[in-house]
Amino acid sequence: MTAWPPGALAPQPGAAPLPRMLRAQTRAELTLVLRNGEQVLLSLVIPLGLLVLLVTVPFVDVDGQERADFFVPGVLALAVMSTAFTGQAIGVGFERQYGVLKRLGATPLPRAVLLAAKTLAVLAVEVLQVMLICLTGLLLGWNPSGSAAAVVALVLLGTVAFSGLGLLLGGTLRGLTTLAAANLVWFVLLVLGGILFPLAAFGAAEPALSLLPSAALSSGLREVLTAGELPLQPLATLAVWAVGSLAAASRLFRWE
Amino acid sequence: MTGAALEVLDLAKRYAGRAVVDCLSFSVRPGTVFALLGPNGAGKTTTVEICEGFRSADAGEVHVLGLPPRDRSLRSRVGVMPQSGGAYPGLRAREMLRLVASFAAHPLPPDELLDRLGLGEVADTAYRRLSGGQQQRLSLALAVVGRPELVFLDEPTAGLDPQARRATWELVEALRSDGVTVVLTTHLLDEAERLADDVVILDAGRVVAAGTVAELTASGAAGQLRFLAPAGLDLGALLADLPAGCSATESPAGHYLVEGAVDPRLLATVATWCADRGVLARDLRVQTRTLEDVFLELTGPEPRA
Ligand SMILES: Nc1ncnc2c1ncn2[C@@H]1O[C@H](COP(=O)(O)OP(=O)(O)OP(=O)(O)O)[C@@H](O)[C@H]1O
Ligand SMILES: [Mg+2]
Repeated sequence: MTAWPPGALAPQPGAAPLPRMLRAQTRAELTLVLRNGEQVLLSLVIPLGLLVLLVTVPFVDVDGQERADFFVPGVLALAVMSTAFTGQAIGVGFERQYGVLKRLGATPLPRAVLLAAKTLAVLAVEVLQVMLICLTGLLLGWNPSGSAAAVVALVLLGTVAFSGLGLLLGGTLRGLTTLAAANLVWFVLLVLGGILFPLAAFGAAEPALSLLPSAALSSGLREVLTAGELPLQPLATLAVWAVGSLAAASRLFRWE
Repeated sequence: MTGAALEVLDLAKRYAGRAVVDCLSFSVRPGTVFALLGPNGAGKTTTVEICEGFRSADAGEVHVLGLPPRDRSLRSRVGVMPQSGGAYPGLRAREMLRLVASFAAHPLPPDELLDRLGLGEVADTAYRRLSGGQQQRLSLALAVVGRPELVFLDEPTAGLDPQARRATWELVEALRSDGVTVVLTTHLLDEAERLADDVVILDAGRVVAAGTVAELTASGAAGQLRFLAPAGLDLGALLADLPAGCSATESPAGHYLVEGAVDPRLLATVATWCADRGVLARDLRVQTRTLEDVFLELTGPEPRA
């Protein structure tokens, strides 16, 4: 290679326009998610596989409801939880460990744009998930009703709440600890969140368990999509989780 | 531009009550290459990361391009190469460089930068599959791609092979000729000697020497002249011919050492003196102090924690 031509490296500092940064960072975040086998497994393969299994194999009793009507909302909640919580937690945990967040912190990319890009990537994956789950559900005899606006509100609020929890976990623990903790919490929220079987199965613990974010999201979605009711209590529960987790994350988050 | 590109005044940083940087002051002239030199654990990374705004100081002042280190406007004016890490393991080299380039208003062309740093062939390899030296070079590219005024390079050549090291040196020299200020850390003395205009030698968080490379290698003990000749020459006669302040010794027999300000005149004097006695001086060698001598003298021969 020939020498650097004079002036080639002359300083010309400046930040790119925000939309360009947002586009580039969002594309990078999406590339990383789609390239990561475990993440695709967690976000797409597991929810879809679980949906087909739960609806077609009657080993869980759903109180005489149409099986698809019970499980599609639960699996939608699971999909949001997997992407917004587990995916974010593990991603951020390793990005901290690998010094990526630190390096980005030394570029003109504002933190708000970084967080916006992460959110957009999560939402893009969720759109894909929701489409595939709904399509599969319809093929399995799912018969939805209710208000689309309420569904969107629940999914958005659920995304914020789970992202907050994911950032809290990924922003405070080390990479491998985050991985273990995120998977454990994911499993607990899955089992105790009314996704695999109705919360009524837990008897006296039901009122307490219904306050879990996964339970609020799955029962809220079920209320809208089967009964067509406005899910006020689940919305309120998710709002509390969203505010609480984001407040905690913004206080405790460490970039390194 | 007026004033220093980087100004550090009485900087102090403690970890668990132990002073890791203590009373550190230096300033970097715009458009020069400045090296922080020191053994492992001397406090180089700590100092640099305080200047980059990643860590906070316990005492002292730092002005980066006249601003406090955490001033947001510095983000586009300053490039940073951390001692390790700093890229998404799953992104390819080209993708990572393009990503960071897209944050800058007038970035360097990413592909050209990759080629010049010898990364053209691994441009489509994921970061985590790059060799250590390739990761290191990508990290350097990430630091300069935004066309900053000032770059911090923390051990830019650690783990590089000779070709890659040369490419890095050429980049640093080209940055300087284009007016970019470079602050680098190293424990490679030849690197500081070759690249740096000014050097600060740190040991246990304190400055043990500071100045230009020429000043550092010229101060203190001066040069040495060694030669082989028949044993038993009359050194008293030689000393009489030499300027004051020189010494001459023979040890072991036939190995002569003249210490003093070694200049062409001294060399000529010794050669003439030998010629006058019909003696052939063989293997005549002049040794001036290298930065390595200064470094070892100041920081001692023991490895650091
Ligand atoms: N976060 C920290 N907590 C506690 N001690 C620290 C921390 N960071 C650095 N130190 C200590 O401060 C001292 C200086 O570390 P630093 O990384 O600045 O050295 P360095 O000169 O960069 O060394 P090297 O050449 O090995 O990179 C070391 O003794 C190190 O153990
Ligand atoms: Mg270091």
